[in-house]
Amino acid sequence: MATTYEAIQTTTLASAAATITFSSIAASWTDLRLVITNTSTLASANYLINFNGDTGANYSYTVLSGDASGTPTARSTRATGTTYGFLGLQYVGSSTTIPSFFTLDIFSYAGSTYKTTLGTALNDQNGTGEVMNIVNLWRDTAAITSVLITCNGTTMKVGTIATLYGIKAA
Amino acid sequence: MAITSVKTGSSFTNLTKYDSFLAGNAGYSPSSFESIATYTASGGETSFTFSSIPQTYSSLQVRCMLRRNTTGAANMGFRPNNDTSTNYTRHSLIGDGASASAAGSASGTYSYTQNLVIVPGTTSGAYSGQIWDILDYASTTKYKTFKVFSGYDANGSGEVGLNSNVWLSTSAITSLVVYFAGDAVDANSTFALYGIKG
Repeated sequence: MATTYEAIQTTTLASAAATITFSSIAASWTDLRLVITNTSTLASANYLINFNGDTGANYSYTVLSGDASGTPTARSTRATGTTYGFLGLQYVGSSTTIPSFFTLDIFSYAGSTYKTTLGTALNDQNGTGEVMNIVNLWRDTAAITSVLITCNGTTMKVGTIATLYGIKAA
Repeated sequence: MAITSVKTGSSFTNLTKYDSFLAGNAGYSPSSFESIATYTASGGETSFTFSSIPQTYSSLQVRCMLRRNTTGAANMGFRPNNDTSTNYTRHSLIGDGASASAAGSASGTYSYTQNLVIVPGTTSGAYSGQIWDILDYASTTKYKTFKVFSGYDANGSGEVGLNSNVWLSTSAITSLVVYFAGDAVDANSTFALYGIKG
């Protein structure tokens, strides 16, 4: 029987990799939560997400972000009809020792509605940095059974930890 | 009489002696994150209540997936203990895909998120997501702070934002009225209340 808040799968990279996959996700919980800590050897990269191997133009997202590089700035952007969901940006000039932190909450992942996610991407580089809040929509009514995380254009470094949790409502 | 030995030759064979009643099994560790109650809307409600909230946790979390079924102001909020007085303050930071904006208010009559709830006519099948964290809800010496992360995307429109709310009362929260500012919630919207132990 699923417990209320349970770690389903954890991946710790023993070698650099461009993707991490969580598969065979049971429909035992109400929501999913993904937590990633990561360092990168590349200056910047977008972290992307796909569900159930869907690479069709079935994703969209809205972003609220802020950084303090030069004049502190808050901005908002949107993308429609994309082939991926957006986890966040590994900030430009990322350190190889200061980890970035990503979270993603997936509501009613096994339900029969479209899937909404709320995510955060946090980078502070001791002088520069960026914080992002992101809402994604996956326009598919199928239950989510797999999650693919991609580091676009580079690889996730050894020691990256990604954990998938299940949260079960009464 | 306590059992102190089991001898060979009895009808019980191939027994393993354990020094613990766990008998080699892992011990049970109660979770620090517990589900208290869940509400699924039938559609058309203007409010509902989580009542008789246990006082045994450190914080509460409410996880919501919802739509409005009317085209009024797209706010949703809480009234702890059904307090309808002007005891609420709020600040918000919101992005709508084009620009970021900030807002605030004082002397409100409920804690709420500014907009951030999807309304009729917007991408059928898409719901808003909200996570409310209510810190130290059982304190009788502190005001209550609510942290809210919420948003929706409708493939061409959408909003995401952060809200902070304060309920200016030192009363422990024993109930939460979920309130839709005079408008109504759509069917199959869900609201799940969790308790977090510290």
